[in-house]
Amino acid sequence: MSRRPYVRDLSKTGWWLNQPRYVRYMAREISALFVGIYVLILMAGLLGLSQGEVAYEDFLETAEGPVGLIFAIIAMTFAVYHTYTWFQVTPKAMPLMIGSKRVPGPFIVAAHWFGFVVVSVALWLLAGSQT
Amino acid sequence: MSERTIDLEVLRYDPEQDDAPHFQTYRVPYREDWVVLDAINYVKDELDRTLSYRWSCHMAVCGSCGMLINGEPALSCHTFLRDYPDKIRIEPLQNFPIERDLVVVMDDFIDKLGSVKPYVVPKEEKDIDDGEYLQTPAELARFKQYTACINCLLCYSACPQYALNDRFVGPAALALAHRYNLDSRDVGRSARDDVVASNPGIWECSFVGACSEVCPKEVDPAAAIQQMKIASTADYFMRFLMPWKRK
Amino acid sequence: MNQSNKPIVWGLFAAGGTVSAFLVPVLILITCFAVPLGLLPADTLSYERLSAQLQNPLSKLITFAVLFLIIWHAAHRMRITAHDLGVRNDTVVMLICYGTAAAGTLLTLLALLRI
Repeated sequence: MSRRPYVRDLSKTGWWLNQPRYVRYMAREISALFVGIYVLILMAGLLGLSQGEVAYEDFLETAEGPVGLIFAIIAMTFAVYHTYTWFQVTPKAMPLMIGSKRVPGPFIVAAHWFGFVVVSVALWLLAGSQT
Repeated sequence: MSERTIDLEVLRYDPEQDDAPHFQTYRVPYREDWVVLDAINYVKDELDRTLSYRWSCHMAVCGSCGMLINGEPALSCHTFLRDYPDKIRIEPLQNFPIERDLVVVMDDFIDKLGSVKPYVVPKEEKDIDDGEYLQTPAELARFKQYTACINCLLCYSACPQYALNDRFVGPAALALAHRYNLDSRDVGRSARDDVVASNPGIWECSFVGACSEVCPKEVDPAAAIQQMKIASTADYFMRFLMPWKRK
Repeated sequence: MNQSNKPIVWGLFAAGGTVSAFLVPVLILITCFAVPLGLLPADTLSYERLSAQLQNPLSKLITFAVLFLIIWHAAHRMRITAHDLGVRNDTVVMLICYGTAAAGTLLTLLALLRI
């Protein structure tokens, strides 16, 4: 009797389109692309700021134009998705034990969202303060 | 009144005759309490004796009957006909070479399982007469879920990183390494690092999480791997910052 | 010894992912929506105000740290995504991803020193 194992094909590029869970994974990973582009834009803004008022005004004009606004909406959507998915997996990466009982995942996730709100409010207040 | 029937579309492959796998449909009666394995057993008993597949316990503890059911890795003894429409597609587990029909070649997995040193490496060799190891409930709770693995291979079937690179050590083997790393009786973590902390070890994982979703025993290999990434990163920087410290 | 050097980039990835999860949504809100929507004063992001706020060395340090961690998180993730999409040449991908992050890091450093 001869053995002739058969190896099935797999698309290295499009495999993730085959199942919803893989599509969700790709969406999660792509969220980092938009976060990255946003940070590059922030860096460009800092660069403009360091080059003087004229350079900075130029930057603001481009960033606050229609393309900038559309990008901001897309970036915000993906940024929140990143936050949501990141918090969702945190309990798995850092399980908390109290004695021999595990702290339930949802509790850890909720604590993170609470921290998120606290940090966001703090930063908002800092931005708006007249110091 | 005609009774309900289910059409099983099964991927067949005969290495002695076929160039490539092909689907063959079998019509089986529908029974309220049947699982897919019962339907496949019916095929073998009544319709086609040549159908090859693995199974044993019929109660989701042996890990033998893993297959793709409508594209999803599942245990055929754990998947009820009543949850499916009249047509069910059955294929051998993804990401493994097909030996014959629904039987896959699992040698790669077996090798990887052995490579992570899946046994307690004690601090000192103890004689039977020295008595048992003592372990508190809290110490047991740390690693207990990772002992539940039945080696069913569903996680490897679901893992896209294993699909893209079959040198990846994989979810079950890594979860098992974690089981021993977390065991208070074991000091073998650094010995396992050669395989676990290597590039095809934990670092090939991108936390897709499909492995944990399909695991019938709720082992959560994805969690195990992420925890090892954190431990390994901490180790790495400790070694860098304090090279004189022996592990 | 077979052990990987991935912990370096993974450590940055994990820290950057946490920082971006907590900070990026509110940052986008402040920098892109707050002023046009009238939720914050019109001069919040003005040249004078922003330059003044970034004079403080601590502000510069924190700004740098935050941007540094987030860009390296995104860079590492994009490297993995390229692999997931079938791009085989990891060396080229690394150069593009980490190269972009390195360039951004350097420019941020120079900008902050100049402000």
